[in-house]
Amino acid sequence: MRSDFDKLTVVDLARHYGRRKALSQVNFTCETGEIIGLLGPNGAGKSTLLNILATLISPSLGRVEYGACTAAEGGADVRGRIGMLGHDLFLYPELTARENLVFFAQLYGLPDAPAVADASLARAGLADRGDDLVSGFSRGMRQRVALERALLHEPRLVLLDEPFTGLDQASTAALVARLRERQQAGCILVIATHDLDVADGLLSRAIYLKNGRVVGTDSDSRGLSERYRLAIQ
Amino acid sequence: MIGAFLRVAWHVMRKDLTVEVRSKEVLFTTLFFAVSVVLVFSFAIVREGRAPDDVAAGILWVAVSFSGTLAMGRTFERERYNDTLRALLLAPADRPAIYTGKLLGLLALLALVEIVLVPLIGLLFNAPVLAFPGRLAALLALGTLGFAAVGTLFAAMLVRVRSRDTLLPVLLYPITIPVMIAGVRGTAALFQATPDLPMAQFWIGLLIFWDAIFITLALWTFEPVMTE
Repeated sequence: MRSDFDKLTVVDLARHYGRRKALSQVNFTCETGEIIGLLGPNGAGKSTLLNILATLISPSLGRVEYGACTAAEGGADVRGRIGMLGHDLFLYPELTARENLVFFAQLYGLPDAPAVADASLARAGLADRGDDLVSGFSRGMRQRVALERALLHEPRLVLLDEPFTGLDQASTAALVARLRERQQAGCILVIATHDLDVADGLLSRAIYLKNGRVVGTDSDSRGLSERYRLAIQ
Repeated sequence: MIGAFLRVAWHVMRKDLTVEVRSKEVLFTTLFFAVSVVLVFSFAIVREGRAPDDVAAGILWVAVSFSGTLAMGRTFERERYNDTLRALLLAPADRPAIYTGKLLGLLALLALVEIVLVPLIGLLFNAPVLAFPGRLAALLALGTLGFAAVGTLFAAMLVRVRSRDTLLPVLLYPITIPVMIAGVRGTAALFQATPDLPMAQFWIGLLIFWDAIFITLALWTFEPVMTE
């Protein structure tokens, strides 16, 4: 049985690469149904933080609690409740969209992987393109497949690294709608983004990062650009 | 538990082979390189249809190890291109099962290369490759397994390192020397004018020993080395 959780707690988190501090003294908590935005300039530590939340990087100091347990305690069970959409999409271009989804469904041990993949393709609006190679897809189509890959196993925690990059208006709107649907379903969504126009109104809370430190949080996500400018200055 | 482990390993291997069947990139590159090595040595060494004693065994293993190193680097390079390695590591599967799947995929590719190499060695070096096919197959299978077990681990470790292409052989060859020696000496025992079967058997036993050590260490260390 996979250990589910309804709360993510980050306590005194730090990550050092030699003498460089990528993250330092990061603390926050998020609960189900929240969309948290990690906002900050390049090199602020957003991707490092996402990778630690994804259990792919160990923190140098501090801990992340997924409900009552840490990644080390939860192991594969915790990983099975996390879905991640990276900037590089995590798809095999030599495989078709369906093959990619079936492969990851099998890796996650989902029953009836082909049916799960078909349902995901339908949600991505790509049911008729499922047998096409991913290498032939546009950036927007790849992004839709990648998002469905990340959500195949209905994760509790969804981590998204710059999910709006390179998307046109229609694709962005579709992505926002899908994220809102996951929010309604009780997921915790953490989004690292530079796209403040899209994030405006989407986020439950914004966490401003600068030089690896939290320099502000904000639960009013309207008028984000102005407050971002003030927080980061 | 073991069923889940094997299931994941099987899916990873099948995915790797599907990707390879589509691109044929690693197979053709590896095969071309291995055949080139054998041809160059045959032109340099073979005189009037005869090669010096034991040379055929050495060249067979040089071709396997050099082309194997090339294949190892490329299979993990693919996982780096689209950062799919992170997706594999994020899955709630045993990480050693992912390692095993990658290893099995690599072994399948190297087996195809060896199926071409062995007759070529027999033809160009006049080596008796069909005299003891079972023992030769065992030597090749066990030697390749030991070599690939270490190579797959190192290729995965180095996937994020900029100088990975240089570092892989630098790390791999010294550690796999026992496997290479056992492979070469065992094969030479089969290829010599009067085949020494007990000696070949001894080297097969030694390969089993090294394989057990290398595979155990690789399965044990894969998870910690893949967590940054």
